Amino acid sequence: MSKVTLIPKPSAQNGEIAIEAEAVNSKAYRALYKKREQIYPKLAHGTYRNLKWTAMIVLLAIYYVTPWLRWDRGIGRPDQAVLIDFEGRRFYFFFIEIWPQEVYYITGLLILGVFGIFLSSALFGRVWCGYACPQTVWTDLYIHVERLIEGDRNARMRLDKAPMSLAKAAKKTSKHIVWILIAAATGGAWVFYFADAPTLFRELFTGTASASAYLFVALLTFTTYALAGTMREQVCTYMCPWPRIQAAMIDKDALSVTYRADRGEPRGAHKKNESWDGRGDCIDCRQCVAVCPQGIDIRDGDQLECINCALCIDACDEVMDKVGRPRGLIAYDSYANQTRRQQGKATRYKLIRPRTVIYGVLMSIVGVIMIYGLATRQTLDLNVIRDRSPPFVRLADGSIRNDYTVKIMNMTDRPRRIAIAVSGLAGAHVQAPLLNSDGELIVSAQADSVTSVRLHVVAPDSVGEGSNALTFTIRDLDDGDAARSPSAFLAGAPR
Amino acid sequence: MADRERDHVSGTETTGHEWDGLRELDTPLPRWWLYIFYATIVAAIIYWVLMPAWPLANGYTRGLLGWSDRANVAADVQTLRAARAPLFERLGAASASDIANDPELQQFARAAGESVFGDYCATCHGAGGAGAPGFPVLADDVWIWGGSMADIEHTLQVGIRADHPDTRMSMMPAFGRDGLLNAQQISDVTDYVISISAARTRLQTNAAAAARGAAVYQEQCAVCHGAAGAGDRTLGAPSLNDDVWLYGGSRDEIRRQIELGRGGVMPAWAERFDPGTLRALAYYVHDLGGGEPDALPAPASEVAPSQTTASPLR
Repeated sequence: MSKVTLIPKPSAQNGEIAIEAEAVNSKAYRALYKKREQIYPKLAHGTYRNLKWTAMIVLLAIYYVTPWLRWDRGIGRPDQAVLIDFEGRRFYFFFIEIWPQEVYYITGLLILGVFGIFLSSALFGRVWCGYACPQTVWTDLYIHVERLIEGDRNARMRLDKAPMSLAKAAKKTSKHIVWILIAAATGGAWVFYFADAPTLFRELFTGTASASAYLFVALLTFTTYALAGTMREQVCTYMCPWPRIQAAMIDKDALSVTYRADRGEPRGAHKKNESWDGRGDCIDCRQCVAVCPQGIDIRDGDQLECINCALCIDACDEVMDKVGRPRGLIAYDSYANQTRRQQGKATRYKLIRPRTVIYGVLMSIVGVIMIYGLATRQTLDLNVIRDRSPPFVRLADGSIRNDYTVKIMNMTDRPRRIAIAVSGLAGAHVQAPLLNSDGELIVSAQADSVTSVRLHVVAPDSVGEGSNALTFTIRDLDDGDAARSPSAFLAGAPR
Repeated sequence: MADRERDHVSGTETTGHEWDGLRELDTPLPRWWLYIFYATIVAAIIYWVLMPAWPLANGYTRGLLGWSDRANVAADVQTLRAARAPLFERLGAASASDIANDPELQQFARAAGESVFGDYCATCHGAGGAGAPGFPVLADDVWIWGGSMADIEHTLQVGIRADHPDTRMSMMPAFGRDGLLNAQQISDVTDYVISISAARTRLQTNAAAAARGAAVYQEQCAVCHGAAGAGDRTLGAPSLNDDVWLYGGSRDEIRRQIELGRGGVMPAWAERFDPGTLRALAYYVHDLGGGEPDALPAPASEVAPSQTTASPLR
């Protein structure tokens, strides 16, 4: 298979700054069934590397610590602040408790998340990919472990080329052990979100946890190890749909990590004291390629492999400082600005655009709806299920009976005395042995559960054929809390 | 391969296919993807060896693990039966009031009864006891042979006009077909029956015909159906004073029943079901809405309580 070389080999005259680095994922090196080229990202230093360290520490801390936070909900209730209780069909989030029929709150969260990611893309490009995506965070952590054990880029490359030795085996083995430990901790933390963390922690280590807990720990351990340890950039390039969707999310004013070709070209090696006239600022040192965890050359322009981690900005700024040129040859920049500079106009950042305003407004609307929904959340609700067979029953005295199952949802932690009444249909009444003076049926609704009541409603023949509207009302006898649900009462001619 | 065309923008080979000047890139797949593809082929072969896979002329390859969904289901059913056996046993020994006072037993009786009813009874009586022409509605409060739990269970055991020695037996003469009454008399009796039933509010009757029919009724019908049409449960004679009709409530349908004297057949279930299942069925039918209290035959308009069940499902 022939290879086409689009990128010239680096020249050797660049002195100490230049580095032997190939953009292994650049377009020139592709073959049918491409072998994965090992990438050896060099450690970058600077603003964005520090930002990434901060993001990594904060996000990992949130992930690992959250299941251990406690929140008192009273006796007999889970005291875990964040808990997805599949068995009990509840979702707990600090002071919020959600029942299965209220998953629209989670829909709201997902909508917020999607618009959030759209908004961040319109403003700053793929900041999600570069700083917050779990794939990025864990890959970054794994590369850091690799660096601590095997050394930085050059040492790692030498080690991989060297023949197998005791020292090499020791390094490789310890790296994989640390990776697997991190992976196991990741899988372990995952299952804590679905059960009481301290209990499950004890069970996991005493071998008494459920098979599904072990299965999920194993699964997440495997995926973390495989994706962050061995797959890395392959996930972003081949598996993730986001790089493809990304193209629709950015416009000419969106900031993304950009090599300012207008300033950098023509590139070429530069010796000390040589003039900068008639040439670009890029000295072709390839430091931007060396630090890239995706194995690309940012100077090839915007490409789907680029996760906008901005480490090339740090690398380039360092070089620009050394050669005495201004920083920002690689920087967060927009298409519009590149065009403007070529036309001799000043750089301009347009963060407030119709697109960003619309995303912001949509997020505010969804947020307000969710807050309103949570603030006015009912703790008493009912579902009325009318028996479909028989649709109605004609009784000996000529009256008509319909049968219903009323499900009373008591979303509080105390049992309640509930009165069930029907209204809206002349002559209709609940039929039961014990009714109060208002014709209501009194039942006790158990705490934090659904109580099913089968009941009969009888109405005179005069209600007329067909479907008649009927309303069920339930009322807490102690605090007056009430809920209603419309239903139907069917009647028909005698056979 | 080297002579394949390359796209000059991306440097990627093309497939050589072209549509209106658009050419398809042959973008390389990652090699690990290829290996995963091979791995799935290997996995499929392992599956053939271990699990049932290939159909043969008279059977199929069974695989080394001997997996059988059919056997698993049979085992599951067996386990379930064994787990439920004690509850059925308790149910068979329980009285109606025992069941009413035991929520667990109540819930089990209802669920088991509903399931068996759906399999064996709903064919004729309809889902939920909705009934059909010739097959009584079981959800209402009109009973031909009695609506207490004991009555219902007895009917279930012996059947109606079935082959059980104690089966409930009653026979209405076919007054028209067998020539016991002439057409005029049958028409008169029809008018009279309508006039004593609740159907008189919706069906026209001829007062003179009804008066003539009254005499025929007292002579031929009152023995079983009662002088005022209240019916007689000991004889299985339906009440005629309500507006619930086994074979239809139009004037023609009522007349036709007097002509033909039809009576349906219900199998006796005593041999088919164990006592627990029979009690569950009786409980379910009794609980549909029209069940009557045991031992004191109540007036038809009074309806026994339905059960309130608090489900532990959350």
